[in-house]
Amino acid sequence: MINDELQNRRTVIAIIMSVIIVIYILRLFTIQIIETKYKEGADSNAFLKKTQYPPRGLIYDRKHNLLVYNKPAYDITFITREVHDLDTMSLCRALNIDKAYFIKRMSEIKDRRRNPGYSSYTPQLFMNQLSSADIAPIQQSLYKFPGFYIQIRTLREYTYPIAAHVLGSIGEVSQRRIEKDPYYTMGDYCGRDGIEYTYEKQLRGEKGVEILLRDAKGRIKGKYENGKDDISPKAGENLTLTLDINLQRLAETLLRGKVGSVVAIEPKTGEILAMATSPTFDPNLLVGRQRSKNYYELLKDPTKPLMNRATQGQYSPGSSFKTLQALVCQQMGGITEHTMYACNGPQSSPVKCTHHHGSPVSLVNAIEQSCNPYFWNAFKATIEKDGYGTKNAIFRKNYDEWVERIKSFGLGEKFTDSDIYEQARGYIPTQKFYNKVYKSVTGWRALTIRSNSIGQGEIMATPLQLANAMCVIANTGYYITPHLLKNDTMLQKVHRCEVEKKYFPIVYEGMWKVFESGTARASKLEGIEMCGKTGTVQTHGKDHAFFVGFAPKDNPKIAIAVIVENAGFGSTYAAPIFSLLAEQYLKGKVERNELQEKVSNTVTNSNVKKR
Amino acid sequence: MSRNVSIKYSLDRTTIIFYVLLVVMGWLSIYGASYDFDQPGIFSWDQRAGKQFVWILTAFGLGGMLLLVDYRVYNFFAYVIYGITLLLLAFTIVAPSSIAPDIKGSHSWLVFGPISFQPAELAKISTALALSKFMSAYNYRIRTWKDLIPIGLFVFVPFSLIVLQKETGSALVFISFLLMFYREGMNGIILLLMVFAIILFVLVIRFSIVPILDNQGTLGILLAMGIILAIQFFYAYFICKNKKEALYLLGGIVFIGGASLLTNIWYKINFNYVALGIVLLSAIYWTITELFFRLKNYWLIVLITIGSTLFCFSADYLFEKVLEPHQQIRIKVLLNMEDDPTGAGYNVNQSKIAIGSGGFLGKGFLNGTQTKLKYVPEQDTDFIFCTVGEEHGFWGSTLVLVIYWLLLMRLLKIAERQREAFNRIYAYCVASILFFHLMVNIGMVLGIMPVIGIPLPFFSYGGSSLWGFTILLFILLRLDASRLERI
Repeated sequence: MINDELQNRRTVIAIIMSVIIVIYILRLFTIQIIETKYKEGADSNAFLKKTQYPPRGLIYDRKHNLLVYNKPAYDITFITREVHDLDTMSLCRALNIDKAYFIKRMSEIKDRRRNPGYSSYTPQLFMNQLSSADIAPIQQSLYKFPGFYIQIRTLREYTYPIAAHVLGSIGEVSQRRIEKDPYYTMGDYCGRDGIEYTYEKQLRGEKGVEILLRDAKGRIKGKYENGKDDISPKAGENLTLTLDINLQRLAETLLRGKVGSVVAIEPKTGEILAMATSPTFDPNLLVGRQRSKNYYELLKDPTKPLMNRATQGQYSPGSSFKTLQALVCQQMGGITEHTMYACNGPQSSPVKCTHHHGSPVSLVNAIEQSCNPYFWNAFKATIEKDGYGTKNAIFRKNYDEWVERIKSFGLGEKFTDSDIYEQARGYIPTQKFYNKVYKSVTGWRALTIRSNSIGQGEIMATPLQLANAMCVIANTGYYITPHLLKNDTMLQKVHRCEVEKKYFPIVYEGMWKVFESGTARASKLEGIEMCGKTGTVQTHGKDHAFFVGFAPKDNPKIAIAVIVENAGFGSTYAAPIFSLLAEQYLKGKVERNELQEKVSNTVTNSNVKKR
Repeated sequence: MSRNVSIKYSLDRTTIIFYVLLVVMGWLSIYGASYDFDQPGIFSWDQRAGKQFVWILTAFGLGGMLLLVDYRVYNFFAYVIYGITLLLLAFTIVAPSSIAPDIKGSHSWLVFGPISFQPAELAKISTALALSKFMSAYNYRIRTWKDLIPIGLFVFVPFSLIVLQKETGSALVFISFLLMFYREGMNGIILLLMVFAIILFVLVIRFSIVPILDNQGTLGILLAMGIILAIQFFYAYFICKNKKEALYLLGGIVFIGGASLLTNIWYKINFNYVALGIVLLSAIYWTITELFFRLKNYWLIVLITIGSTLFCFSADYLFEKVLEPHQQIRIKVLLNMEDDPTGAGYNVNQSKIAIGSGGFLGKGFLNGTQTKLKYVPEQDTDFIFCTVGEEHGFWGSTLVLVIYWLLLMRLLKIAERQREAFNRIYAYCVASILFFHLMVNIGMVLGIMPVIGIPLPFFSYGGSSLWGFTILLFILLRLDASRLERI
């Protein structure tokens, strides 16, 4: 055999191993037989780490109005091993429950299939989130029920019954989240959606620990070394949002009885001033013991009040898209500000016109009057400007360019650098998409995708994206990622759009004329010049009413998108909402009370419940 | 030449018996650790014992399958397996958190749907195979220091990848290959030096907080320097038998030491520097002795002196800068420098209480109270030995240790009876890895090693580690069974 001379090293290794094992056996002998202090340790004292919950951060609006604060709630817990001589009847009386409930709850807790963390030695949650009034009777008689404890927690309370989707709610942490983040333990509360979710880390603070001594029977013997090693909880951070609570409240009032949403953004900063969706609900509904019952009710409501239509609703933008179309077609050289096209009204082909106006129309008039054939011709001229080329290569290249420039307005993708919870992506159809649908690169032409020219067809956008696109026009060429938290780092997120500044004035003018003499002249506001664009989007039922725009014309301070589903004309249903919101924000109050009343009381969907 | 010998006859049954014994005892302990009076049975899938039962059955199946694989496969594919392992380790570091999530601060798991595993577990096996293949080549033997470089690299690459995954515990296991290197011809001095380094480190850190006189130096440095000088004296007097030179050294030390004490009466001096001066002077003294008086063999002592002096004076720095805060605290707790029974010391303190309360006979199966009250964290994984200590007392824990000892001795015996160097080297790898795990894990539970989270082989809860150790062992059994196939 090889290495023969090294064979005695086996002995050395064997000795090393044996010595270590002998040392360990000797150590066991010392700990288990000679020393007595460890036995006493087991019998007498052990530590109980009691978690101290920090108060969650408060939430304010941009003018420092308090929106969300905390209120105490109480959980009842028990430790099975410590419960003895229980007078079930008087406990039920104190807790205001019946005996059947008590028995059912107990068996639920002890069923390991449903409650895998159960142990008879650790505190188990019996009832949660009782109010101060509920807890008063049991607090006085708690001494009669050994093994039962009261744990104080904090719940959310809302100053105004609005902005439920923006603020979000808190709820018990899920098993998956516990596994992902070791900060949480079973039964903790955490943000489930909205701001509460996005800024969970700031709002939650840091838990503290109180170290108590207890004996082997579990009895608390007091603090360990007078609390020397206790860690006091650190309160959560308070947040200031970009919302203007008055504007938000008005937006929700105006949407009453309708299905739709409103997004208002300050163009210079990307700060979201209002984000309303309808149907909505009072955020207080998702707090406390009623949470799961109410949640279930909201969930099964066919009008889907839980969905935030402002960020998750995806719509064909319809005529409101024409403003972007006008910009991109100019930039790509398809049209100039002087280009005119003929319009034959309803007889136009292949795209009909639903509006009544003269012919031929200029770009300004086309925006003002929302002329469909004009934008079809402009779109065609733009993507067909260099012909088709072999295998449509040139055409497809120009189409790609069109897609990229449209997307630079913030369309077709989520705002990934934003703090808005759950956005839908929207959709700007790509070349790849059409190649696939029409099964070849030559299977489609400008004519095939003509609906895109007027914002119908495959194009999808969320109200948030449309409001943001209005910011781009208001800023003549850039936007700041729309966001909800007021802080300066957000302002650094500037995105330039791929249309030069010089092409904007003509669109400005067209959008201004919409109010002066165009589709929205009825919603004109005295003393403030506004720019906007109506949209009436065909759907299966009644048309969706759209209105997008910004105000004032010079140095815009607010950009708004309004969508009312299945209502009718954009000029009738959406434009007044825009006008009233602009008035509220720019003048600080609404003077056209009659109009406000009328809009608020208009019901377009009788299934929408007030909550 | 080869002949076919049925695996039934050539399989080492003794090892299998020890293996099964340990696995079953581990399973019962896991049951004990999570047992509650009103809980369902030992086979219930809801409970860890039930899950472990499934892991055990699958591990047995896996072991059986490994025995059916041709023994030549391991030698043939050793490098391939090693390469794949390195790729997996690297992938784990860079993989997105959807595939490699952070679990308890370490980034070492790969998760594919319902299956998750730790490439570090595989790394032990594949490194052992790759080393066995490399070192069993005809032209390879450990003769000089240079021969250690390639095999050192074989160990170092997976080691550092695992450190990058923040699994320092699993990475440290790779130190165990030193035992195998020693068997294959590495100079034993390296092992001694390692022990020496640990002793110096512990002394310097432990007594760095003990000042002498009026804050004129620390006891740690003085003790360490004293040990270095003592070694010099011992080496010169007893090993080289140069009694004269050794006594000169002693005289010099006493002289300088005395002189500085005397000076101290009028002028306060820092004794750390006195000790440093003495040690450096001694290094110069031995260099001169070597060069001018032609007394050989002092190079080694000079090297060790300088090396260990540098080490001692940088130990504080290493401790503060290289180790992470939680590792520092674990070591401080171990060395009794900090009393922190609710924080880092909590686990160890509770573990000692649990074991200590077991007494001689233990509290009986399923009667442990400390583990029931969930006082000992990780009681079914890293701290599983507590349950044995509490429920079966001194005799039970000793029995477990004796079974491990018997298994290790058996593995050494198997190693030495191999005709193939590949098999022998692999066998030593297995024995070394198991020994290291045992030493660190039980040492930690007994409070004589710092808290390093590595499992107790075959015992701790968890499929990944049980499978890992089973594969490690059964590859050896397969290799061993082949010894009769070759003539």
